[in-house]
Amino acid sequence: MSTRAPWLAGLAALAALPWLSPSAYFLHIVILILIWGFIYTAWSLMGKFGLVSLGHGAFLGTGAYTAGLLWNFAGLTPWLGIPIGVALAVLIAVVIGYPCFRLKVVGHYFALVTLALAEVARLSIVAARDITGGSLGMTPNGVPTSSWIAIQFADKRYFYFLALGLWLFGLWVWRRVDTSMASAALEAISEDEGAAAAIGIHVTRQKLTVTIISAAMTALGGALYGQFVMYLNPDTLAGVGVSLQIVFAAIAGGMYSMLGPTVGAVLTIVLGEALRVWFGTTWIGAANTIYGILLVIFIIYMPRGIVGLVASRLPARLLPARRPAL
Amino acid sequence: MDIYLVEALLNGLLLGGVLALLALGLNLIFGVIDVVWIAYAELVMCGMYVVYWLLALAALIAILSVAVLGLLVHQLIIAPILGSPAINQLLATGGLLFFLQSFATLLFGTDFRNIGLRLPILEFADMNVSFARLIAFGVAVLGAGALYGFLSKSFLGTAIRAIGQDREIVGLMGVDQRRIYLVTSAIGGALAGLAACLLVLQYDVHPFIGLSFGPITFMICVLGGLGNMLGGFVAAFIMSEIISVGGFYFSQEIGEVLAFVVFIALIFVRPQGIFGRS
Repeated sequence: MSTRAPWLAGLAALAALPWLSPSAYFLHIVILILIWGFIYTAWSLMGKFGLVSLGHGAFLGTGAYTAGLLWNFAGLTPWLGIPIGVALAVLIAVVIGYPCFRLKVVGHYFALVTLALAEVARLSIVAARDITGGSLGMTPNGVPTSSWIAIQFADKRYFYFLALGLWLFGLWVWRRVDTSMASAALEAISEDEGAAAAIGIHVTRQKLTVTIISAAMTALGGALYGQFVMYLNPDTLAGVGVSLQIVFAAIAGGMYSMLGPTVGAVLTIVLGEALRVWFGTTWIGAANTIYGILLVIFIIYMPRGIVGLVASRLPARLLPARRPAL
Repeated sequence: MDIYLVEALLNGLLLGGVLALLALGLNLIFGVIDVVWIAYAELVMCGMYVVYWLLALAALIAILSVAVLGLLVHQLIIAPILGSPAINQLLATGGLLFFLQSFATLLFGTDFRNIGLRLPILEFADMNVSFARLIAFGVAVLGAGALYGFLSKSFLGTAIRAIGQDREIVGLMGVDQRRIYLVTSAIGGALAGLAACLLVLQYDVHPFIGLSFGPITFMICVLGGLGNMLGGFVAAFIMSEIISVGGFYFSQEIGEVLAFVVFIALIFVRPQGIFGRS
């Protein structure tokens, strides 16, 4: 299997990375890329079937805040808090998703309903300022020494392997969904919902399944992000801002390919850090100004993202043989 | 009835005027060009900065410059992708949203700025009503009336309404679609500029002010039926009352949460909007 070789080499390189890393800062950036890459991959599971959610911030915030609040106020270990957060996110996904799919809320309308959901999450967190700290954010209670029970480590390498495992899990889920019958059904639904229903596809169930998977993964990613940076803020973990950030990174990288969302994470995080370091604090906003222009250009001229563009330029024989992409 | 509840109701009504103006502009663009400008409230933010910096001739210049901005948005971003899927157009203006927010941060920093013009607070039967809000409401209703007159009486206005109804036939009737789109974008921009003049009397300007109005404006448009002017106008007052009265009983955030929850629930009951035709 010659196609396996590059994958194995890549994995080995990733496993050795913490010892090759030139600095803690470098490793920090790689961990952020892995966590956000996982979250963007989760979003693209819905996005590539035309389910454009502008509300993934709600799932992100639910995962992070549930784990953080249960730890701070009930002393519950994140090992239990995170699954509870994920379950809550799934519950929200079902409560919003089921009527949406059942009543055929699609396109603009689906995007705007999810947008409202993101704002409900952000505003609720701000409104509950007595326990969440409101707009000022909150910090999970620290422990004196690294602890598996608290999932807090002074050594970033622990987080690196947690994030790496999560990211690989995300790719595995992406692959499973992509090669399943459900994928074909969802593609049919995104082309013509009525026709898909007519040939016996259970539209509501298919859409709901992929939404639940996506929401659960996003909440999981949000919770790990909270454990890693030890600071939760409603503006960066819920609301419209972060929801759009997720959408853009996934699209810029290419939401129709497995590694596309990860490429989006590399691009946006490296670009953000580089511009930030380059411009320093004298030009606040310069980084995002360039980022905004790039996004518009991307969506107008390369809607399939970087990976999509590169793949379409490669000669066909270099690509793995499989059914043609969308 | 509790006098403070009446005050909250009144403030809701006044807020509704400005929101209605925003919803009208966005609805016009949606109804005619069939594109959702997700960065609409960021155009308002730009207008507020124009007023802040050019107080003397401010109102006129703000309206004109945001109208030009509207033209540019259409020419540079929407025109190249008119044929793309609707969601791509929405996302392209989403990129614009990031750009405008960040560019404003770059130019003006993140400071909250106000024009330092303090209008008196009117006391009326034990209620406090801000004069600025009263002016904003009056001008917004006048603006909406002027737009209504333009759309129903003038030839250009008729052409604009016609294109929203049937894109192909209008072309056969000798109407230049590209020109109508440009005019519509400029009017949409001008309405954002007018709203900016009214909002800057009441709120501080900062690069992220658009996020305070943007989401709620979209909810209003959808509730009224996307593209339905009258529906949007009425929905603006419904939403502003929910926010204001919810704010009175609980807190500002809970008021907004209630508005969004009502929006989600109504979408499920009437996906075409309260006043939309199915």
